[in-house]
Amino acid sequence: MTENNELIRSSAATLAGKLAAREVTAVEVTQAHLDRIAAVDGKVHAFLHVNTDEALAVAAEVDAIRAAGGAAAEELHALAGVPIAVKDLIVTVGQPTTAGSKILEGWHSPYDATVVQRLRAAKMPILGKTNLDEFAMGSSTEHSAYGPTHNPWDLDRIPGGSGGGSAAAVAAFEAPLALGTDTGGSIRQPGAVTGTVGVKPTYGGVSRYGAIAMASSLDQIGPVSRTVLDSALLHQVIGGHDPFDSTSLPDPLEDLVAAASIGNVRGMKIGIIKELHGEGYQAGVENRFNESLELLKEAGAEIVEVSCPNFKYALGAYYLIMPSEASSNLAKFDGVRFGLRVLPEDGPMTIERVMGATRAAGFGDEVKRRIILGTYALSAGYYDAYYGSAQKVRTLIQRDFDAAFAKADVLISPTAPTTAFKLGEKLNDPLAMYLNDVATIPANMAGVPGLSLPGGLADEDGLPVGVQLLAPARQDARLYRVGAVLESLLEAQWGGPLLDKAPSLTAPSLNDSSSAATSAAGAALSHGGSH
Amino acid sequence: MAAINRDDVAHLARLAHIEMSAEELDRMAGELAVIVDSVKSVSEAAGDDVPATSHPIPLTNVFREDVVGHTFTAEQALSGAPDAYEGRFKVPAILDEG
Repeated sequence: MTENNELIRSSAATLAGKLAAREVTAVEVTQAHLDRIAAVDGKVHAFLHVNTDEALAVAAEVDAIRAAGGAAAEELHALAGVPIAVKDLIVTVGQPTTAGSKILEGWHSPYDATVVQRLRAAKMPILGKTNLDEFAMGSSTEHSAYGPTHNPWDLDRIPGGSGGGSAAAVAAFEAPLALGTDTGGSIRQPGAVTGTVGVKPTYGGVSRYGAIAMASSLDQIGPVSRTVLDSALLHQVIGGHDPFDSTSLPDPLEDLVAAASIGNVRGMKIGIIKELHGEGYQAGVENRFNESLELLKEAGAEIVEVSCPNFKYALGAYYLIMPSEASSNLAKFDGVRFGLRVLPEDGPMTIERVMGATRAAGFGDEVKRRIILGTYALSAGYYDAYYGSAQKVRTLIQRDFDAAFAKADVLISPTAPTTAFKLGEKLNDPLAMYLNDVATIPANMAGVPGLSLPGGLADEDGLPVGVQLLAPARQDARLYRVGAVLESLLEAQWGGPLLDKAPSLTAPSLNDSSSAATSAAGAALSHGGSH
Repeated sequence: MAAINRDDVAHLARLAHIEMSAEELDRMAGELAVIVDSVKSVSEAAGDDVPATSHPIPLTNVFREDVVGHTFTAEQALSGAPDAYEGRFKVPAILDEG
């Protein structure tokens, strides 16, 4: 138990070191995480599918290569044998991909996403597929057709969304790493509310081939982890040009791990975005944010204030562009080529009516809302006023960023205006739900990279607060440099990682020899250990 | 800008090929009216002189060599289809015979 506990709580970087030194085997590491999933996922529900056999087979292969030694062992990727979870919006051969939707229940992709191919090339065991809001549409995972994920800090609260499954898996020590996708904050906002790290790379920096598209001009795959360095390590596995994605940037990948290891921010200018804090932000969020600013200032950074006046239009423009693109992307779910087909109950059995019945039964409410909204925004007579205007706002937001980055190397804000709210609290108020993404959306609109890292716990509810860093396009390395420094300063204050303060989720074990897989005692406890 | 009403939603649902019950149309019309109202300000944000941005980081002339690359077998392509027949997707009638 103690040994397993140490393995599951280790960072990916630490695990990689232990594997390379042959202190542990990849099978032991992978099994420890599978045991943890068996022990706690009944309560957390981060996973929609667990990939036990394949994960252990890949781990065994890594162990065999290491044991044999020689060139093949030396050529192993640094993260070989370090397991990972994959958001169920990203297609994988050998496992179902549902996108959190009934319309794809049980569907198996005939191909792997490029990022999954890269995980396989690095021989990282894939633990399974994580839960999400249906087609990544939401900020809480409550729009998943397979039930919500629960926040490991408080099982009655949301884990953020859409990538709540990936963030919760990492926060609950079910996986050291995960892949997410971020269209308006779906990597960063779950990171903020679960006390984990999440990065949205520069648009085009990581291939989108094999990510089921919601809004093609906004979607971006990125890393989810517990430390800044781990995200840098994963970013380097998945990043770089891919000819299968025509929006993939041809630039060579920067050395992000080196950036995370620089260890100082002296002389850097860090800009506070006037419009992204203060009114509308929870007091505890604001307090932790201000503390992070103080730490960066003490470390030698220069804090400046910047103004991005057009950010006030970002949310509205996003809720025109995203549904417009989504309504078009989701037209392919027609009951013909893949997924569900539902026949109308009576009347003529034409393709039109089969499509109508299939999409009525297969899509959830939020997906329907966004498809209708997008169809409206793109319809004749409204296109200029809605979609056209929203695209102009994108230009204004880009200009705001350009002006801000003329004054600062990196921008900083809270990641989300509040800590995790209760499951169900905003489910019947779509507009209130949309406001969770107010601070994360501008980055997607402009294509710039963003990173969220834990900033501490809010005084009023003891729940994690996220701090967001933003850099100019193609300057992702700056996020890792500043993020790693801020993380080490904060952890020095806390006396360890923030997740040390999270509930254990399993019953305290009286017998150290008991396996973590025997979850009966854990399952009997409804809300895990104490804070 | 015009508000969105129940008839609009019924029309849009037909365009989007989503069957909706009367109750669903009522609820959706109410929710969408609130959302549309909240995004209205976008149309006043930018003047005529501001160009539109369709892609955050535009790339031009993204081509590849004109050679056969990766392709699926017919079996792979049909593997997720609800219905198939002799190597093809099988679909219900395109036209209403009535």
